[in-house]
Amino acid sequence: MPQTHSSSQSHEDDVPDAPAAPTQVASTDALDDLLDEIDGSLQVNAEQFVRSFVQKGGE
Amino acid sequence: MISTDIPAPLDVDPARRIFGLETEFGLHLDSATSRSVTPEEVAGHLFHSVVQWGRSSNVFLPNASRLYIDVGAHPEYATAECDSLTDLIAADKAGERIVHNLIAGGEERLRAAGIDGTIHLYKNNVDSAGNSYGCHENYLVRRRSDFRAFASNLLPFLISRQIVTGAGCITRTPQGAHFSFSPRADHMWEGMSSATTRSRPMINTRDEPHANAELYRRMHIIVGDSTMAEPTALLKVGATDLVLRIMEARAEFPQLALAHEMQAIRDIAHDLTGQATVELTDGRMLTAVQLQQTYLDAVRAHVGGIIAPTAEVESILDLWQRGIDAVRTQDFTLVETELDWAIKYRVVKRYQRKLECELDDPRLARLEMAFHDISPQRGLFYRLQSQGLVRRIITDEQIDLAVTNAPATTRARLRGLFVSAALAAGRDFTVDWVHLKITGSDGRTVLLKDPFRNEDERVDVLLGMLGAPAAPVE
Repeated sequence: MPQTHSSSQSHEDDVPDAPAAPTQVASTDALDDLLDEIDGSLQVNAEQFVRSFVQKGGE
Repeated sequence: MISTDIPAPLDVDPARRIFGLETEFGLHLDSATSRSVTPEEVAGHLFHSVVQWGRSSNVFLPNASRLYIDVGAHPEYATAECDSLTDLIAADKAGERIVHNLIAGGEERLRAAGIDGTIHLYKNNVDSAGNSYGCHENYLVRRRSDFRAFASNLLPFLISRQIVTGAGCITRTPQGAHFSFSPRADHMWEGMSSATTRSRPMINTRDEPHANAELYRRMHIIVGDSTMAEPTALLKVGATDLVLRIMEARAEFPQLALAHEMQAIRDIAHDLTGQATVELTDGRMLTAVQLQQTYLDAVRAHVGGIIAPTAEVESILDLWQRGIDAVRTQDFTLVETELDWAIKYRVVKRYQRKLECELDDPRLARLEMAFHDISPQRGLFYRLQSQGLVRRIITDEQIDLAVTNAPATTRARLRGLFVSAALAAGRDFTVDWVHLKITGSDGRTVLLKDPFRNEDERVDVLLGMLGAPAAPVE
C-alpha cells in the first residue's frame, strides 16, 4: 500500500561480598547468577564489538 | 480539497494532556564480514518488509504510531497521541517490539546479500564514537503569547531532572572513567532553538503543534535520555507533566533560573554525589538535589488543588522523592529496581567487581550495550526484568495490545481505525498526524485538528468508503 505524507515532517553499591574465600563461593543472588550466565558471551571480542558500533548522530 | 465541516474543539479538562515519545534506536550490525557495511545499508534491509507493504520507509502503523528511518540511519518510532501515562508506556514499549520484529527479516536479507551477521538495536543515546541521538518527549500545552519565557522557566527543572530520570552511563575521559547520570548531558549546546541536528537544544521551539494552532503548542523536549525501565518513564513524563500543569495554571512556581545552563547540566551529570552546586541568576548556589526537592515540594503543595490526588500522582511523587533521597543519602538501593541510572549502576558495579577491572574496561562498555539491547531474549535489561530485578508498571498483555491497537481515548483511535481499514481494503491512502485521505477517492481530505477528539462522523464516512463499519465510541 503506498502511504504518503501530506505535510513535510522530518522530522550501591551492593553490600560487599564476604572476603574472597580461597574456593569459589556459591552465587547468592539472581544478579550474580545472571552475570555468570552472560559473562562468557560478553567477553568474546568485547572491544571489537564495542568499536564496531558507530553510527552518525540523529535528530 | 479539505473538508470544511470541522467540528468545534472539545472543551477539555485542563488536567488532560496529550503526550508522545519519539525514540531513535542505535543500529548495529555485528558481523565478521570483511566488507564494510554502512548503517544505511543495514537500515535498508531492516526496513525492507516495511517498504514492501507501505512503499515507503516512513509509515503510520495500525496502532497509529509512526515508524521511519531518521537522519543517520536510525530506526525511529514515534508513539501515537496518548492521554494517559500507562497508554504512553505501553505504546513506547510496543515500539521496541515493532522495531525488534524487523530484525529477523533484515538479517535474512543481509544473508542473501552475502553478509552473515547479527543486528542489534539499542535504546540508548550514544554510539562508541560519541555520536548522539535522542528520545524526544512531546507535551501538548495551551498556546500562550509568552511561550519562550514559559519554556525557559522549565529549563532548570529539565537540567536537574537527570538525577532521577537519567539513563546513567560510564563516561570515559583522559583522566579515567566515572559513572554519570546522563549520556545526553554532554551533547546539549543551548537551552532553546528551533533546530536540532545543527544545534542540539534542550527544548526545540519549532512551532509545529500537529493540532489546532490557535489553541495549542507542542512542548518538544529533547534533553531527556532514552530509558528502559517502566517506572523511569512514568517519573520522567509524569513529573514533567505535573510541573507543566502548575506552570499552565499560572500558580506559584519556583523561580530557579540558572546562570550557566550548559555548564550546569554537565556539572550535575558528572557528580553522582549530587553535591555539585550550580549558580542561579540571583546568585544562589544550589545542588541538583536542592533544585529537584524544590520542584517536588512545589508540586506537592498543589496536590488536592490544581492537581487531583490520584493514586498515580502519589506513585509519581513517591518515586520522585525516593530518587532524590537516593542521591542525597547515597543509598542507591532506594531506587535500584526502578530508576534506570541506579539499575544500571548496580549491574555495572557488580560486574566490575566480578571482573576486578577498571571502570574503563571494554567489557563494561560491552555490558552497557547489552543493557540497552531491546531484544526480549538477549537484552540484559529484559533479563533483569524477567528475573524480577526491575519493577513493572504495565503488563506484557498491555504491550501486546498496543502493538496492534491505537490508544482508544485520543485522535490516535481515528488514525488507527483508518490505517487498519485502508490496509484491509487494499486501498492506497495518505496519512499524517492531522490528515487522513483515501487516494483516488473524491479527493476529500479529513483534517483532524483536535487531538482530544476520538470520534468523528467524517472519519466514519471514510471508514464506510473502505467497507469498514462506522466506529462509535462504546
